[in-house]
Amino acid sequence: MGAGVWRVTRWLLLLAFAAFFAVPLLALLNFSTKDPFTKERSGGAWQALTQDPTMTEAIRTSLLLALFTVVGMIVLLVPTMIWVRLRVPGATRMIEFLCLLPLTIPALVIVVGLRNVYAWVNYFVGDSPLTLAFIYVVLVLPYSYRAIDASLSALDATTLAEAARSLGASWFTVITRVILPNIWPGVLGGAFIAVALVLGEYTISSLSHYNTLPVVIVLISKADAPESMAAALASLLFAAVLLVGLSFLDRRRRPSEGK
Amino acid sequence: MAARSATPTPAPAGRRFSVGPSVGLLPFLAYLTIFLLVPTVTVVVGAFRDDDGGYSLTKIRLLGDETALNALKNSLVLSFSSAVVGAVLGALLAYLVVTASPTSVLRRVVTSVCGVLAQFGGVTLAFAWMATLGGGGLLTTVLADAIGSDPNGVPWLYELRGLILVYTYFQIPLMVIVFLPALEGLRPQWREAAVNLGATTWQYWTQVAFPLLRPAFLGSLLLLFANAFAAYATAAALISQGGFITPLLIRTSLTSEVLLGQRNFGFALALEMIVVVAIVMSLYAWLLKRTSRWL
Repeated sequence: MGAGVWRVTRWLLLLAFAAFFAVPLLALLNFSTKDPFTKERSGGAWQALTQDPTMTEAIRTSLLLALFTVVGMIVLLVPTMIWVRLRVPGATRMIEFLCLLPLTIPALVIVVGLRNVYAWVNYFVGDSPLTLAFIYVVLVLPYSYRAIDASLSALDATTLAEAARSLGASWFTVITRVILPNIWPGVLGGAFIAVALVLGEYTISSLSHYNTLPVVIVLISKADAPESMAAALASLLFAAVLLVGLSFLDRRRRPSEGK
Repeated sequence: MAARSATPTPAPAGRRFSVGPSVGLLPFLAYLTIFLLVPTVTVVVGAFRDDDGGYSLTKIRLLGDETALNALKNSLVLSFSSAVVGAVLGALLAYLVVTASPTSVLRRVVTSVCGVLAQFGGVTLAFAWMATLGGGGLLTTVLADAIGSDPNGVPWLYELRGLILVYTYFQIPLMVIVFLPALEGLRPQWREAAVNLGATTWQYWTQVAFPLLRPAFLGSLLLLFANAFAAYATAAALISQGGFITPLLIRTSLTSEVLLGQRNFGFALALEMIVVVAIVMSLYAWLLKRTSRWL
């Protein structure tokens, strides 16, 4: 096959893929800016996103959930991973296995078996959609683990820790003020993915009857389809901005590592 | 709030711990036990209990009923078809991308878009396709104007065919993400060596590249299969009632638990799901080991 033929084929194929992925998103935009009865363009659906109380409440819940999940993930995972690297390297494989386990156990299975656990959670911290953050921390573990592990592996943590310890630093200081600043890009990357996952999570929140953003999107689609389409597109774009930002973070780190 | 007790706080002065430094892992292990292991064990144990609290195989036997078997069959067909289509097209797209330079705009755009579509929830994607092929959708309107097709949208969007189409929308991106590293591992030196020995392009692909990529491809295929089998949101947003595939049947049994004989049936269905995904993922792990030998 000649080089010219290949170049043309390649671009045609890329165009086909681009069309396949772009058309549904354009359709979302088209649907959300069209009045269903008069067929005229209107920004009403997008305006409703900030005015409809059900919608704003759901957006607030989902953003707060994302925040709590990220905080919980950082508080739970980061010290543990650093601790494993510094003091209990023998447990590396076990922690990795446990962190990747949520990929193998579908969220649907977890939500089926969750009732007993949540009876206790609701007893201790009350009944609020924000309690979902507890389970979301588990859901984002595999992604956060990979992001943080990549950063931590690029670092000579043991030497840094020994230096800090010999200068009299406590373990708490070593973790929070010596290692953590060095793996910040990885932690941030894990946090971005966590936010994107939480904003799109539907399985657990819908089956636990909590009104997060995706649940409300499905709920109002029967009454006001354009508004739910607008919310769907807006949340997708928000996640896209986060993850594209993440790819730039990745790129900035790469040149310093060398090849 | 989410993890109040999670920071390991080792005694600052103690060089020698009586129980050793592994105590620092306890908060993490306790957390995972409560929020991952307990629910899973609840499901497994619950599947073997009957309505009176005793142990029995009643619920497991219900899995052999026509409804459950049909749902499982549909689920397997859906997962398999969307995985195969996703894997083939995804591998093709990954190849188109990998032939561009690593810093090119094309590559960055494709990997970012794929990351979003593969990881962001399925509700949005379901709505995107409803806005495309449903009643009043973009393609529906355009096609109705152009060739006079049904202006109410394609009826099969809410059936198995529709689900396969919508699933490929996140399966192709996932394939790109997991298969790209394997393609990048294909060293140009191997091609040069083959060409030096007089191989044609065809021979290089069939005798060098494909055999090398086969384990990675099959591994990714299995990952896609598990991904589709465990997916719930897309199908739930598209089809609001009924137990057409296993995940939707679980929804039915959860929401209509008061019905006689439905109690705990969700546990048995969830166990079925664990078993299928576990088989697929162990195959995946085994293939991954073989891949890492070369790529």
